[in-house]
Amino acid sequence: MAQLDGVVKPKTKRSKRFLQSREPKLVEDLKNAMIMKGGNTSETVTQALKDIFALKKPNAVLYKKKNIMRPFEDSTSLEFFSKKTDSSLFLFGSHNKKRPNNLVFGRMFDFHVLDMFELGIEKFKSLKDIKNDKCAEGTKPMLVFAGELFDTDNELSRLRNVLTDFFRGPAVPAVRLAGLEHILHFTAADGKIYMRSYRVLLKKSGCRTPRIELEEIGPSFDFVLRRTHLASDDLYKTAHRQPKALKPKKKKNISHDAFGTKYGRLHMQKQNLDKLQTRKMKGLRKRGGAVVTENGEPTSPKKARTRE
Amino acid sequence: MAACSVEDVLAKAEREEAEKLKSITVTKELELEFDVGNLLALDKNPAVLRDPHRDREELLRALARDNAQLLVNEIWKLPAERADDVLVVKLPEPSTRLPREKPPPKARPPTKWEQFAKLKGIQKKKKTNLVWDEVHKEWRRRWGYKRAKDDTKEWLIEVPETADPNEDQFAKRNKAKKERVAKNEFNRLRNIARATKTKVPGMGLAPRAQQSKNELAQAISVAKTATASVGKFQERLPKEKGPKNTGKKRKFQPLLGDFSSEKQKQLELLKVMESKRPRVDMTKAVNKQIREEEEEEGRARRSKGVGKKGRRGKGNAAGGKGKGKGSKGPKGPKGGKGRNPRMKQGKR
Repeated sequence: MAQLDGVVKPKTKRSKRFLQSREPKLVEDLKNAMIMKGGNTSETVTQALKDIFALKKPNAVLYKKKNIMRPFEDSTSLEFFSKKTDSSLFLFGSHNKKRPNNLVFGRMFDFHVLDMFELGIEKFKSLKDIKNDKCAEGTKPMLVFAGELFDTDNELSRLRNVLTDFFRGPAVPAVRLAGLEHILHFTAADGKIYMRSYRVLLKKSGCRTPRIELEEIGPSFDFVLRRTHLASDDLYKTAHRQPKALKPKKKKNISHDAFGTKYGRLHMQKQNLDKLQTRKMKGLRKRGGAVVTENGEPTSPKKARTRE
Repeated sequence: MAACSVEDVLAKAEREEAEKLKSITVTKELELEFDVGNLLALDKNPAVLRDPHRDREELLRALARDNAQLLVNEIWKLPAERADDVLVVKLPEPSTRLPREKPPPKARPPTKWEQFAKLKGIQKKKKTNLVWDEVHKEWRRRWGYKRAKDDTKEWLIEVPETADPNEDQFAKRNKAKKERVAKNEFNRLRNIARATKTKVPGMGLAPRAQQSKNELAQAISVAKTATASVGKFQERLPKEKGPKNTGKKRKFQPLLGDFSSEKQKQLELLKVMESKRPRVDMTKAVNKQIREEEEEEGRARRSKGVGKKGRRGKGNAAGGKGKGKGSKGPKGPKGGKGRNPRMKQGKR
C-alpha cells in the first residue's frame, strides 16, 4: 500500500476491504480484545489470561511474548498495539511483589485509553481444573451482576459497564432458546468481586419456562479492586455520542386517541363544492325535464348543466 | 357435598398450579433490572455470603441459580417464533449504553463537480450499460475495454486544413488522451486531499512513530532556523553539535590575512597552469562516463518496455539524440593508465 505520511491508499481490492473494515462505522458491533503479559508473570496470571482468551475466542488476540509496560503510567505502548490490531478492549496481566497476580481490564475510545481497572486475583480456578463438559466457543453468555454495590458505587458501576462490554457476545437480533448455555455471574460482596462461570441446564418444569440448574465450568475468579482510571466526564460523553443517522426518525402526523384508534391528518387544497365529483347513483338520476349530467365535472360555462 | 367437592377441586387445581410454578418462581426483596437485549441482569439485593452453615461456593451457586432463573423467565416472556424447526426469540434493543469504539464517521465533503451540480440543479441521469456501435454493428459497453466509439482505434484520421502536414495526428490524439487522463487523476487526488484535509508538511515536521537520528536532526535544524533571524541567535545545548552540512556553503578567507599562505597558493596555481600533464583524473572520469552510459541505457530500456512498440521510429531518434549528448561529456584525452571507454552501443 502506498503510504503518504499516514494516509494509506489501497492498491488492491483486498487491502481496500481491510481498510474499510477498520474505518469507523455507523453501527458498530463487537469490539476486539487484546490480551497481553507484562514484564513478569506468574503461572496463575498466564493461565488466567489463557482462560479469558478462551471465553472471548474469535474476537481476541493473545500475545505470547512479554511486553514491559506500565498501563497506569504510560499508555502509549498500549495505544500503539491497539491501533495495530484494531482492538478497543485490552487485558494486561502482570505479577510483582507489590501487586501480585494483577489483571488490568481496559477499553479504548479512538485508540486512546478510556477506562482502566486493576483487579488482583486472590483465588483462581482454571478451566483445566474443573473437569466438566464446556460450552461451545462463541456462545453468547448471559451476564448477571449481583450486589447492590454494582449500582451504588461509582467505580463498580463503571466496572460493570466495562465487564459487560468485554464479555457480551455479538449483538444479535434473535437468539435460539435452546442455545442459552453459558452464564457469567459477578458478585460484589465483602470488598471482593467473585466471578463464576456456569453452564445452564434447562430442566423440565410444569410450565413453558424451564427450571434452571447450573453446573460450574470455566474459570472462577476472586478479584479485589486495586487501582482504577476512569475517563473524565466529557470524554465519556463524547464516546457515547451516536451519529445522527442512527436516531430513530419520528413519524409525524400520527396520533392516537383514548381508545387506541390511529389518526392521521390529510391536508387538502380548497375544493369548489359546486364542481365536486360524487358517486353516480343511477336511481337518484333526475328523469324527464331537467338535463341530466353524466358527471359533475367542471364544464364550459356555455352549456348549463344541472347537478344531480 | 357437591359444593364441597367443587371447592375441593378448585383448591386442588390451585395447589397444583402453585406447585408447577414453584419450581420456577424465585422470591427476592428487590426486583432485578433486566437488559434482555444484552442478556443482562442486575441484582441489587445485598449479597449475603457470610453464612456459617453453608460453604461460600454453595451460596454463590444458589444465588447464581436464582438470578439465572429470573433472567430466563424474562427471556421466555418474549414472543417466540419457529425458524427451521427451532424455537427462536427476537431480542429487544439493548438498553445498556455502552461507549463507541471509534468516533462516528464524518460525511464525505462533496467534490467540486458535486458542488457545481447542486448549485445548478443538475440531476444525475442513469445511462444504459451498452451502446449500439454502428461500425461493428453490435452492442458494446459505454467505456472500457472494447468500447463502442473508440477514438484511439481509428486507422484513418483526416489531417485538418489548419494543421501542419508533417504532424503525427495519431500521436497527437494519444498525447491528448494521456493529458486528459492525467488531469482527471490530478483532480481526483485533489478531491481526496480536500476530503481528508491533509496538508503534507515539509520534511522532518510530520512526526512518525520511529524517527531516525537524521530525521530528528533535520527536524531540529528546521525548527531552529524558523525564527525571524534565521536561527542566528539560537543557543545550542551544551553537548549539541553544530549543523553538519547546513551551515555556510562557502567559506572565504579574510582579505588581508595570512600573506605567506596566499603567496603559496598563488605559486601553486601558476605551477599547475604551466605543467603539461592533464589535471583530469583519468580513472575517475572514465568511471563516471561509464556509469552515465549505463544509466542512460537503463532508462531507455525501461521507457521502451512501457511505451508502444509500434512507434519505434520516433523513439529511436529521440533516444539517439539523448545518447549522443551524454557521450560528449567529460571525455578528456586518452590516458595511458585509464580504461578505454566502451564503444557506444546502438539501441538494443
